Amino acid sequence: MASFSHTVGAMTYRFDDLKEVMAKASPARSGDFLAGVAAVNDGERVAAQMALADIELKRFLHEALVPYETDEVTRLIIDTHDKAAFFAVSHMTVGGFRDWLLSEAADEQSLRALAPGLTPEMAAAVSKIMRVQDLILVAQKIRVVTRFRSTLGLRGRLSTRLQPNHPTDDPAGIAASILDGLLYGNGDAMIGINPATDSTSSICAMLEMLNAVIQRYEIPTQACVLAHVTTSIEVINRGVPLDLVFQSIAGTEAANASFGVSLNILQEGYEAGLSLNRGTLGRNLMYFETGQGSALSANAHHGLDQQTCEARAYAVARHFNPFLVNTVVGFIGPEYLYNGKQIIRAGLEDHFCGKLLGVPMGCDICYTNHAEADQDDMDTLLTLLGVAGINFIMGIPGSDDIMLNYQTTSFHDALYARQTLGLKPAPEFEEWLAKMGIFTQADGKVHFGNSLPPAFRQALAQLK
Amino acid sequence: MDKPTTDNQNRNQSPWRQLRNLTSARIALGRAGTSMPTAAQLEFQYAHAQARDAVHLPFDHAGLSAQLAEHGRDSLLLHSAASDRHSYLQRPDLGRRLDDESAQLLNQHRADNPAGYDLAIVVADGLSALAVHRNAMPMLKHIEEQALAEGWNLSPVALVSQGRVAVADEVAERLGARMVVVLIGERPGLSSPDSLGLYFTYAPKVGLTDAYRNCISNIRLEGLSYPMACHRLFYLMREACRRQLSGVNLKDDAEEPLLAGAGKSGNFLLG
Repeated sequence: MASFSHTVGAMTYRFDDLKEVMAKASPARSGDFLAGVAAVNDGERVAAQMALADIELKRFLHEALVPYETDEVTRLIIDTHDKAAFFAVSHMTVGGFRDWLLSEAADEQSLRALAPGLTPEMAAAVSKIMRVQDLILVAQKIRVVTRFRSTLGLRGRLSTRLQPNHPTDDPAGIAASILDGLLYGNGDAMIGINPATDSTSSICAMLEMLNAVIQRYEIPTQACVLAHVTTSIEVINRGVPLDLVFQSIAGTEAANASFGVSLNILQEGYEAGLSLNRGTLGRNLMYFETGQGSALSANAHHGLDQQTCEARAYAVARHFNPFLVNTVVGFIGPEYLYNGKQIIRAGLEDHFCGKLLGVPMGCDICYTNHAEADQDDMDTLLTLLGVAGINFIMGIPGSDDIMLNYQTTSFHDALYARQTLGLKPAPEFEEWLAKMGIFTQADGKVHFGNSLPPAFRQALAQLK
Repeated sequence: MDKPTTDNQNRNQSPWRQLRNLTSARIALGRAGTSMPTAAQLEFQYAHAQARDAVHLPFDHAGLSAQLAEHGRDSLLLHSAASDRHSYLQRPDLGRRLDDESAQLLNQHRADNPAGYDLAIVVADGLSALAVHRNAMPMLKHIEEQALAEGWNLSPVALVSQGRVAVADEVAERLGARMVVVLIGERPGLSSPDSLGLYFTYAPKVGLTDAYRNCISNIRLEGLSYPMACHRLFYLMREACRRQLSGVNLKDDAEEPLLAGAGKSGNFLLG
């Protein structure tokens, strides 16, 4: 395999292969140190970025970072690559590609046409030589619009997943968090529960309940209970109403195997979901979660840096026309992303790479209590992703997930983004909020109704 | 303490406060404009501060050792290969192994006590020394009483600073123990900074993955009780010895039945 060298002044840096250039060019993060693939110092890191900038994009089509023969994700990437779409940038180096992305030539239309011509490795490569403002500027040019019962990803819109988790899946406790979220205008991306138990019957009961709530109050949204894809298939076979099919995915075949999935199993789940035909506006129905570090934690990273592994997961996602893809950026812990700075950068990289590849990206802007991060870091990432045009974020009561024991964005946080950035919910949900008398939005400002919506007043009266 | 109620506080009151009886989630917080009201904001910050403090609180293993000595129990003071909290948090591999000095100490102990033990007992700070300080001693008393009643032979209590779950396997292997249980501080949640976890392994040795362990979680005052945790642990020990395995293939049938039938009953939204 060819080696690379780069000379800066009197110093010459050598890199054994493309994989090493990519890993060493990655902005510093704990997971790459843990894997032993990071640059040894800042000088080597920038030298690797300089070497990377000189590499031609087409080289990534000829030199697989994870072997084609042994990895089905690599085969998917290479076999579905759209050469005609790639033609527009096929002569460029990684550095030239960055300049082009920042130029006027790269706009919403040309970037949409380009997406199928890009591989995750190309997206990861260019992100490594981009600053935070570059990642934001280019991402906000791109729109990836998806539809099920609401329309997500339109310009000027920001949606939320209402996440009403409860430590024992108690229906009344879940319902209380759902109503709280709806009354703060959350839930247009979905109402999605992380179940505390794996029991199929309990998952069926939660799906029945979400379906009944959505129908009773005519909410233009979709339901999801985040069970393994094989459980969702079984639930569908039992005739239970299921909107979105969930699965955690990663960027290598071996990492996906550690999640108990393969491309074939995902295809089965996708087809099972399609068979129900429950989307009224469109047929995007897969919901994927990802996150930097998942391949390494399964010891399935093939010596690749964690950000490149993550971008490869988006190639898996886009193959199934997902409704939403969510990078759960700070959940994995400080051994992969140590502090607020690393979490913020990773969230912006993931959003950029996903959007560049044509994936409807959202982000679980989150942290655990053993990471060096706090609410200020989350406010920063939320603001930056809001500017970058993110499709959706999480919404939970008071930022505190009492089931998963981590902190993510609150119902109030979404309102902050609406006020400061003028972002509205999905259009169908915006109408519903107005009809219910929850809130309206004009000139960015959110105006709440003066009293409780009558439909919910009736529900609350039952508790007295 | 009574506080004067201001107009502002009245305006922030949520009209659906009654829902707070249904969940411990932070619902019905009210609004200041569209943002979090001051009191709710500061309550959250305090909860996060407590969780952070729990993560960084140093493990008082000498104090725990002295308490054990008062009850006539020997202990061994050990340290993982992670030299400090900073490296512990970033290098899980180091927290799973003992440092050289600790390894030698155990080797010497084995040479002096060649017969080995039925059960090695390990206490590690994990991600919350607070959990260990509050819950390890009472939990150990329950385990010792039950072990005495059932005739199990226990090792001295190995106290590991900067330890992760898997460090217990190395301790047990060096002590020559058939089984090991580690009492460890769990990742602190915002409302649970002091939750203790128990991990049990049959035939422990270095390099085992989580698939070989059984976990009993959320042991604290507001969570799982010591007697119930102890009951589950000894059930696992007996079953593990009978079937000569632990982990995913050893189901914890002592557990209460899983919650099923979550449905329309009690759901005010669908009433």
